Amino acid sequence: MTELYQDAIVALAKSATRAGRLQPADASLTRDNPLCGDRVTLDIRLDGARIAELAHRVRGCLLCEAAASVIGAQAIGKTAADIEAAERGVRALLETGRKDPALWPGLESFSPVHDYASRHTCVLLPFETLRELLSQAAGRNTP
Amino acid sequence: MSFDLAAIRAQFPILSRRIGNAPLHYLDNAATAQVPEFVLDAVHRFETTSRANVLRGVHRLAEEATAAYAAARHTVAHYLNVPAAEIVFTGGTTGAINLVARSYGELLAPGDEIVISELEHHSNIVPWQLLRDRRGVVLKVLPVRDDGSLNLDGLEEIVTAKCRLIAVTHASNVTGGVTDLGSIRAAAKAVGARILLDGAQRAPHGPIDVPALGVDFYAFSGHKAFAPHGIGALWARRALLEEMPPFMGGGEMIRTVTMERTAYAPPPHKFEAGTPPVAQAIGLGAALDWLMKLDWPAISGHEMRLTQRVLDGLPSRVRVIGPTGLQQRMPVISFDVAGIHPHDICQLLDADGVAMRGGHHCAQPLMDRLGLAGTVRASFALYNSEEDVQALLGGLDRAIHRLARS
Repeated sequence: MTELYQDAIVALAKSATRAGRLQPADASLTRDNPLCGDRVTLDIRLDGARIAELAHRVRGCLLCEAAASVIGAQAIGKTAADIEAAERGVRALLETGRKDPALWPGLESFSPVHDYASRHTCVLLPFETLRELLSQAAGRNTP
Repeated sequence: MSFDLAAIRAQFPILSRRIGNAPLHYLDNAATAQVPEFVLDAVHRFETTSRANVLRGVHRLAEEATAAYAAARHTVAHYLNVPAAEIVFTGGTTGAINLVARSYGELLAPGDEIVISELEHHSNIVPWQLLRDRRGVVLKVLPVRDDGSLNLDGLEEIVTAKCRLIAVTHASNVTGGVTDLGSIRAAAKAVGARILLDGAQRAPHGPIDVPALGVDFYAFSGHKAFAPHGIGALWARRALLEEMPPFMGGGEMIRTVTMERTAYAPPPHKFEAGTPPVAQAIGLGAALDWLMKLDWPAISGHEMRLTQRVLDGLPSRVRVIGPTGLQQRMPVISFDVAGIHPHDICQLLDADGVAMRGGHHCAQPLMDRLGLAGTVRASFALYNSEEDVQALLGGLDRAIHRLARS
């Protein structure tokens, strides 16, 4: 159990990289996890197809905060395709426990979550929210 | 009579299992209580000796199954101090409330008002929203105070002459607070409105004199009352059940069917279309029959002692949501740990064998009202012990130490 709350995860959550709101923002989106009430709000500014700036506000658990913090640290300069790839990587990590070489730095700390299926959505919520936000911003329909 | 905790605990095999290296401390009874061995035996006995469909066949097994199903209905009725013909078996409290919304709701007209509260479980909110959208009734909401208690100060303004139903919880699944029925009864009586009580959290804590409550509908679940999942009951007076149309068609609920029309069976069968969950009903009967034989003053004292121990032992950074004393409450305690999400607390406590619920408890409007993502909830049943309290308080201290940022 303590591996789920290992120092690296706690440190990620506490670092709260790019936590807060972005004013003004090009696009914003709030999404809830109906299972536990986690709520993530993301604001982004875009430079063409790339994320120029980003902020997140999480009313959620430590895992959700830590995942948002990884996004805060890694998402700047990324495209929608990059974010989709990152989400696929973290999803695969949660489902299989295996670390993809292309996994964003910091996400390897989440491998113990593999054993706790009810907590997968806590980690995925910020990624899903960002993917949907970028999709909306690009005027595309979400899958 | 007396209360022998060890003897009670011995009836529940699951209480002796371990979670990793720790004994199980099951404090999620408000979600699902555990099942005693004799209830499982009753279900097993039925399934292995008398399993058949009910109210249909004339063979021996069908007769036995029908008799056992009817006996279970009588036991539920006895538990609620009402006639058996006024007990409708449902899938649980949710099924019972949906039944009322679908059936009694058909008697309502656009503009009629239904009053619920911010304290409600989603199962006493969403069915009324669906009815509002279907029938054009108006849904009004009794507010909650900052401390999580139901604010009935404006009751007379909210319950107007257009009100046809007040649907509220008997005891909150989040705070454990017991609803003050006196003023609600008075407000309903003044305008001729009916009252529905969600008894899911009250039912596991001893027999209920439902007629003395002065309400029109009472709903509860078996799985919180030491019975199997998938069974519960709705009570309403015979005359009201007769007035209400069936909400689901099928076998058992009919008297005569032609290709042109159907005459319905009398209540309660009118509301029990299809093959019912017979074994589950028998399990519910066995559980309630047992509960009726217990010394409830002694058990309530035990449950309240455990509740007081938790209330006294919670660390200072914890804020209790709802009643902070023992008056007008069930042994359900919700609290917020400043700066720490309930799921993180509960996940760490699980490593100590403590099973608790963290989250919104299917009461998102209440959480929004209180500005919380969720709460940590400890809920006791008659089999809980002082050791369970110690495990909770010790584990909570360790979890806070691990997760606190200041």
